[in-house]
Amino acid sequence: MEEFVDFLDSSLEGFFDFIYLLSSEIINGIETTLLWMPWWTFILVIFLLGWYFKSLFSGVLYSIFIFLIGTFGLWEDMMTTIAVVLTAVIISLVIGIPLGIWMAFSKGFSTVMRPILDAMQTMPSFVYLIPAIFFFGLGNISAIAATLIYALPPVIRLTELAIRGVDKEVIESAQSFGSSKWQMLRKIQLPQALPTIMAGVNQTTMMALAMVVIASMVGAQGLGEQVLVSINRIDISLGFEAGISIVFLAIIIDRVTNGIADKLQKHRRISE
Amino acid sequence: MTTKIKLENVSKIFGSKPKSVIPMIKDGMEKNEILEKTGHTVGVYDASMEIKQGEIFVIMGLSGSGKSTLIRCFNLLNKPTNGSIFIDGEDIVKYNSTELKRVRQEKVAMVFQHFGLFNHRTVLANVEYGLEIRNVSKEERQEIARKNIENVGLKGYEDKYPEQLSGGMQQRVGLARALANDPDILLMDEPFSALDPLIRREMQLELLDIQERLQKTIIFITHDVNEAFKIGDRVAVMKDGKVVQVGTPEEIIEEPANDYISDFIKDIDRSKVFQAEHVMIKPNALVSMKDGLNVAIKEMEENNISSVFAVDRGRHVKGIVTIDDAIAGIKEKKTLEDVLRTDITVVQRDEYVNDLIAKTLESKFPLAVVNEEDKLIGFILRVHVLSGLVAEDVNESEDYIG
Repeated sequence: MEEFVDFLDSSLEGFFDFIYLLSSEIINGIETTLLWMPWWTFILVIFLLGWYFKSLFSGVLYSIFIFLIGTFGLWEDMMTTIAVVLTAVIISLVIGIPLGIWMAFSKGFSTVMRPILDAMQTMPSFVYLIPAIFFFGLGNISAIAATLIYALPPVIRLTELAIRGVDKEVIESAQSFGSSKWQMLRKIQLPQALPTIMAGVNQTTMMALAMVVIASMVGAQGLGEQVLVSINRIDISLGFEAGISIVFLAIIIDRVTNGIADKLQKHRRISE
Repeated sequence: MTTKIKLENVSKIFGSKPKSVIPMIKDGMEKNEILEKTGHTVGVYDASMEIKQGEIFVIMGLSGSGKSTLIRCFNLLNKPTNGSIFIDGEDIVKYNSTELKRVRQEKVAMVFQHFGLFNHRTVLANVEYGLEIRNVSKEERQEIARKNIENVGLKGYEDKYPEQLSGGMQQRVGLARALANDPDILLMDEPFSALDPLIRREMQLELLDIQERLQKTIIFITHDVNEAFKIGDRVAVMKDGKVVQVGTPEEIIEEPANDYISDFIKDIDRSKVFQAEHVMIKPNALVSMKDGLNVAIKEMEENNISSVFAVDRGRHVKGIVTIDDAIAGIKEKKTLEDVLRTDITVVQRDEYVNDLIAKTLESKFPLAVVNEEDKLIGFILRVHVLSGLVAEDVNESEDYIG
């Protein structure tokens, strides 16, 4: 096994470097933007998101959550966490949605992928934290790599499910007009599947957030790091503040992505 | 009329090795037996038919009879296991995917039982779809789509989503979407089965209306005998994947090919299938306006009847002369025109028996049946109307009167 990891490290060095560069570009970009924003702008954005996708009350509530995190003195940690999570989610979607589509179309590929996805979800995360350090070194990028392994399966699975679940008669009617495969995918299957895919995006995001603390063991900064520090120092108040900040973020992200899914779903119910 | 579509020995079998099952069916094995032994489902076996340009061809059968499988062969949503399907003389089963796409885009459109609408698109965008994938420009396709939406009576609903419409309206969208492509052939897979009876009747009439205007070749699937006979120019009856009989509604009612079909059509409302010309009697005797009353009396006596229609040179009905009037008229030295009664009821030859019942009750005289040129082609007595409603006796009653 050791030799295998060594082999991977040496032979795929270019590949890992590429991933490293790409992720650090994304993460730095997001982090810089978030930190460049004045604090009230960010709260305003959160308020507007909550208002538009849920309700006025939610908007106010989410703004208070963010404000509280700020008063804990965890503003910059929060931004780092958001940057790590967002980067992991973006990469998950870029990889996951095409894989899900491929699985929906190819039974063979689906059969191969299923056990792999099961393994990714059930393997204890500490097991792949260490090789991650091997490839990417300590820091946020290793954290993202580990998060990817954990958070990728839901979006893949739900994309496959969503595409397969499109009403048969809808597919037939699109076929009967002479749609090409590509037209079918782009104009019918993806739009029809979107609400379910959004549920996958929501799951993936939540799982990425759940990995924040574990990922801090390989050097991820942010809120997770604060939790880890507080455990080492037995600093109950810091641990609690950082912990509840993560919960706040989770609530906001979950509700907002759910709200987006609902908005998409508004006009469509698979016709009975 | 020219042949538009020709099916030759079309079979469709579902399963892993469909071809292997064909010989078993040839040996007379039943559908259920084959499913049990080989796991293959026989959808359609050995269907042959010719469908003419501009007719409404109905395929009728109970659920599981293979009718939906068969209609999906016409645009190769189901590729036949065996046989050929000629559209305008070309075998579409042999088409490659590009040619097939072209046929689907230009020649054949389909309407589905559960509408098959794209619920992420507005009504307008739904109707546009067929043109959109043919890369018709946005302005042009919207114009065509709007026109078609208006034609099915949905003007003002263009920007609604399908879910916001009732079932009947959704199927109108389905119809508009199919017609927007201006296809020669319209496939309709139980299009009105999901609608309630009132809306269904309305849609049936509207379909006949549209057909009169557009003269498409329509293949229509239904499990409802009354619907089949109401809208079908010709009807094919299917059972267990086989076509049992093909014919006009009248032919099928008068001469059912087997007990299954007799059973099937037992509870059909005959008064809505039979038309005046099916129950009328061709007149043995007629008098011309220039003939005298003596000729009229002679005609009546020879034919043993109590009244006779009088026609002019173009065979247009002028009235009726009864035997009593004629005899009295001769005594009083009157002419035929003097004793002619003009309060007769004239009916068209394609009026349904259903509509004749009231007329024959109200009229003192036999109904005069005329054709499109207003020429007299027959007459109907009350007894003919009644016998038209009873199952077996249509032929006997003719003997009885004649």
